[in-house]
Amino acid sequence: MSNSGTKTEPPPAPAVRRGPLARLSPGDGTGALLKRAAATGGLVAVAIAIALIKSGSGLVVWQSVVTGLLMGGLYGLIAMGLTLIFGVLDIVNFAHGALLAIAMFIAFGVVQGTGLHPYLTLLVAVPALFLIGAVVHRGLLSGTGGASLENQLLITLGLSLLLENGLLMFFGAEPKNVALPGDFQFSLFGAVVSGARLYAFLGAIAIGALLFWLLRRTRFGTAIRAVAANGPGAELVGVNVRRVHTLTFAIGTACAGAAAVLAAPLVTVTPTLGEQFNITAFVVVVLGGMGNVAGALVGGLLIGLVEQLTTIYMDGQSSLLGVFAVFLIVLFLRPQGLFGRRS
Amino acid sequence: MTTTEMLKIDKLCAGYGRMRILHDVDLRLGEGEIVALVGANGAGKTTTLRAVCGQLRPESGTITFAGSPTAGRRPDQLVRDGLVHVPEDRALFGTLTVEENLRMGAWTRPAAGAEAGMREVFELFPVLAERRAQVAQTFSGGQQQMLAIGRALMARPKLLMLDEPSTGLSPKLTWAVLDAVRRIRDTGVAVLLVEQNAKQALGIADRAYVLESGSTVLHGTGSELAGSAEVRKAYLGL
Repeated sequence: MSNSGTKTEPPPAPAVRRGPLARLSPGDGTGALLKRAAATGGLVAVAIAIALIKSGSGLVVWQSVVTGLLMGGLYGLIAMGLTLIFGVLDIVNFAHGALLAIAMFIAFGVVQGTGLHPYLTLLVAVPALFLIGAVVHRGLLSGTGGASLENQLLITLGLSLLLENGLLMFFGAEPKNVALPGDFQFSLFGAVVSGARLYAFLGAIAIGALLFWLLRRTRFGTAIRAVAANGPGAELVGVNVRRVHTLTFAIGTACAGAAAVLAAPLVTVTPTLGEQFNITAFVVVVLGGMGNVAGALVGGLLIGLVEQLTTIYMDGQSSLLGVFAVFLIVLFLRPQGLFGRRS
Repeated sequence: MTTTEMLKIDKLCAGYGRMRILHDVDLRLGEGEIVALVGANGAGKTTTLRAVCGQLRPESGTITFAGSPTAGRRPDQLVRDGLVHVPEDRALFGTLTVEENLRMGAWTRPAAGAEAGMREVFELFPVLAERRAQVAQTFSGGQQQMLAIGRALMARPKLLMLDEPSTGLSPKLTWAVLDAVRRIRDTGVAVLLVEQNAKQALGIADRAYVLESGSTVLHGTGSELAGSAEVRKAYLGL
């Protein structure tokens, strides 16, 4: 194209990142963060107050708040995996929900086949999802085919269809249940809480904390954040960026795997149940700030709450309606999320 | 002349797609030497560094680092071998603290040695010690350059390649950075320094090459080149 005399030197490989700058922690001004947290808390208080007026029963609202927060912990864990993958790899994984469904069927299958306690299937489902995640990244997404945003969308969406229909083929469409042996119910200041719900919440928070510790306190976690902050820079200090990408994708899907096992006793297991979790998780990720792992956990709790309060606000409507309303409001007013930074 | 050759570039040709930038670049760099690569904007200085560090695959020619050819080795593998590159944009981890950036610099080293490495970096750039808990993206240009060089030193390089370290720095800061480069050389690290600011680069370099339209057209000691009428006219604007 050009003769040898031209003095043009293309700029070095672009270090420009698509999408918002990945932020794995809210490191910006603590003051601004507190202000936003206070504003969020205020909005939640108002929402609860309106629910009180609407329903006229403190107990009903209290029950919703408790159920919402407990379920929100699970949403948080699912979204943490999704937002981690986005923050580090810039991949929006539309197969996250379908992978979660796979994990749930693994839990179901193992419980059926071996009579193992449902929570012990974590030992099978989490490593399995880690492995599947690694294979999906290596096989489908890490090559040049997975480089463009459109291809990532097509690949992950196609994968989710494939997985869902695979489950349908092997397990059939009839709903299944994973019963928790010795499940119990107790009253938390009047709200009825089942043991399964409490365990799911505590387990999700514990695994979320573990992930956070991994990212903040370990050498490998620092490398993950370094790759998110500057991929070419990570390569220049000797990090095998492709390997970090694969492992991060695997960790992200393993989070979905853990959440699936914890959620299994609470839901009706069907091949398509991943879809609803997927949508909810996307809203949580946007709410918490794309790529912000801690934000995802807080966002999860908020969305769990919104879902439950919706059923009070709008009798008989799908709880997703409220979730979408919040989604639109956030996109309109604060597209970078509650804890993201404008970039 | 040099006793041991750290870097040897022979007839290197490289480019982007069908656009060839480098035509027959030849360069020798010995142990513990500062070699400057100077030339006008677009002469191929950055492309040369990118080819050496493994980010850009050469079309032809050979690059030999510490006695073995670099062909087919990825950048992260070459870091393990002791070849560390600081690009012009510095490629820092903006959301990480100074300490985390430095620890990442030692990624290829045993974790136990990181403390000692950090002490040495803080001795060279005391300002980094004061700000070790601060996030890198809040830094000024000069501090970022110091952090970038410090991070590179954490890998214990045999050869340090610096691309335009004076970009965006005041003359005073440039001098401070170049002085640090000289002190790094005195610890036995070979340095390949790319500069558009040829005057200062020739001032600290043991030897230098002039790159023009993708070819090395002149070489000599720093003072020889700085004194040559041809170079002064064409590249130093004196």
